[in-house]
Amino acid sequence: MKTMKALKIKNLKKTYKNGFQALKGIDLEIKEGDFFALLGPNGAGKSTIIGVICSLINKSSGQISILGHDLNQAPHEAKQHLGVVPQEFNFNVFEPVEEILVNQAGYYGVNRAEAFKRAEIHLKQLDLWDKRRDMAQSLSGGMKRRLMIARALMHNPKILILDEPTAGVDIEIRRSMWAFLQKINEQGTTIILTTHYLEEAEQLCKQIAIINQGVIIKNCAMEELLSELDSECLELHLKTAIENTPSLGHYPVRLKNQTTLEVEIKKGESLNTLFELLTLNNINIESIRNKSNRLEQLFLNLVTPSKKIQESD
Amino acid sequence: MYLKENLTAYKTILIKEILRFSRIWLQTIIPPAITMGLYFIIFGQLIGSQISDINGHTYMDYIVPGLIIMSIISSSYSNVVSSFYGTKFHHHIEELLVSPIANITIIAGYVSGGVARGLIVGLIVTIVSLFFTQISIHSYAITFFVAILTAILFSLAGLINAIFANSFDDITIVPTFILTPLTYLGGVFYSIEMLPEFWQNVSLINPVLYMVNAFRMGMLGVSDASLGVAILIIISFIILLTSICLGLLYKGVGIKK
Repeated sequence: MKTMKALKIKNLKKTYKNGFQALKGIDLEIKEGDFFALLGPNGAGKSTIIGVICSLINKSSGQISILGHDLNQAPHEAKQHLGVVPQEFNFNVFEPVEEILVNQAGYYGVNRAEAFKRAEIHLKQLDLWDKRRDMAQSLSGGMKRRLMIARALMHNPKILILDEPTAGVDIEIRRSMWAFLQKINEQGTTIILTTHYLEEAEQLCKQIAIINQGVIIKNCAMEELLSELDSECLELHLKTAIENTPSLGHYPVRLKNQTTLEVEIKKGESLNTLFELLTLNNINIESIRNKSNRLEQLFLNLVTPSKKIQESD
Repeated sequence: MYLKENLTAYKTILIKEILRFSRIWLQTIIPPAITMGLYFIIFGQLIGSQISDINGHTYMDYIVPGLIIMSIISSSYSNVVSSFYGTKFHHHIEELLVSPIANITIIAGYVSGGVARGLIVGLIVTIVSLFFTQISIHSYAITFFVAILTAILFSLAGLINAIFANSFDDITIVPTFILTPLTYLGGVFYSIEMLPEFWQNVSLINPVLYMVNAFRMGMLGVSDASLGVAILIIISFIILLTSICLGLLYKGVGIKK
């Protein structure tokens, strides 16, 4: 069965008034039910894409369709399916929490009685029920983030766009938000996520697109991208200190300090040989960890060359 | 579509707006009542007692309609300009832009909020005026109709000001330098018959004059301008400003990048 495209972007371009070309012809398709990561360095064009999809930024040219509805031709049908959690807090901080949700539902044509019922469900789900009568300005940063998620869900959107939803929240809240997002994705909501936490994208997302300087430079399944990584850096913590960098055959090695060694291993290579060499050198290992996040490494590989070119221009 | 959904969205904005100005009633409802009360004391009783009747009415009676419509004008204008600019400043305009709500619904919602505040303030000022004089309304229908049309017109003007405004200073410039002079020179405190002929003709260019006098016609049955012409002018301005608002929202002027 052919899956419907949740989002289809064709040759999307955006040039700001100051002449800066933020998007240089973006083509992107996201399947219904996907958990999609849109990554890129600062200023790459992520927020511009999100802004155009959400009708907050006027595009220069190109087409966007949401679940088959053209955003220009049928804005009502297209927008009805979208829920948005923006990067910056954009609710009225002088309104009570519950009212913010009820108003949001009202903008989508949900009547007030039904909106109050939905607000109760979402506020309870996101652990904000006790705060429903409080002014939004009194909430903590993490609560404000959760409030924006609850608000975005009030009209039961089929697509949820989250622009750096966990920025500035502590790890505990971040993990609980991940679990919540995974749950709603499993229930059928298509999720599009931009984040600076690459671990977040790796944990949550099935598909990934990387944008840089207004151009999509990678668009594939997360697994496919991760399989491109040809080496990993292991950090070995030693039981006893050593003075000099040991010779470990063909393995590139660096003595970080007297009790920490960094060793690079090729993808698929057995670790047994490495441990044999370490034993031969009388090096006792206390613990071992993968030094870098895998996606982070790939991201840097993809994005850094173009950054260097930009810097040399 | 969407009539039902847009009606719900309209009610949502209207309720939100009424709750907004009700929450801060000390800033939004009470000050005009106090200001107008002072006008009644100073101009109506103290100075007015020294002034002869105008068009068969005491000076106090003559200025009551002008002061009521003046409070409606300033309240409806300031409600929409401050509320809509606030939504831009705090970025919650994005809630509306992301949603499927039609531009005309956004305009109708905010304008109705302005009308609601204008009429509430107008009613309170009317009650205050009862402490100083007895009012017998000439025509309730004309009075109410002109009050609503005037509130709609100045709510629309406030919305346009808010759309263009880039700072809080920008939302005070128009009321200070345009609206207040036009209102004061619009026959609130005098009949233009008291002016030399040249200034009478100049006064006729001022659109506020027609609103003040149409409202005075409703309350007292006297006017410096024809009621029909006045209503035609107000409705024409409403159509013009609504079209401008629609165009601005469609293009995203001041609200989209």
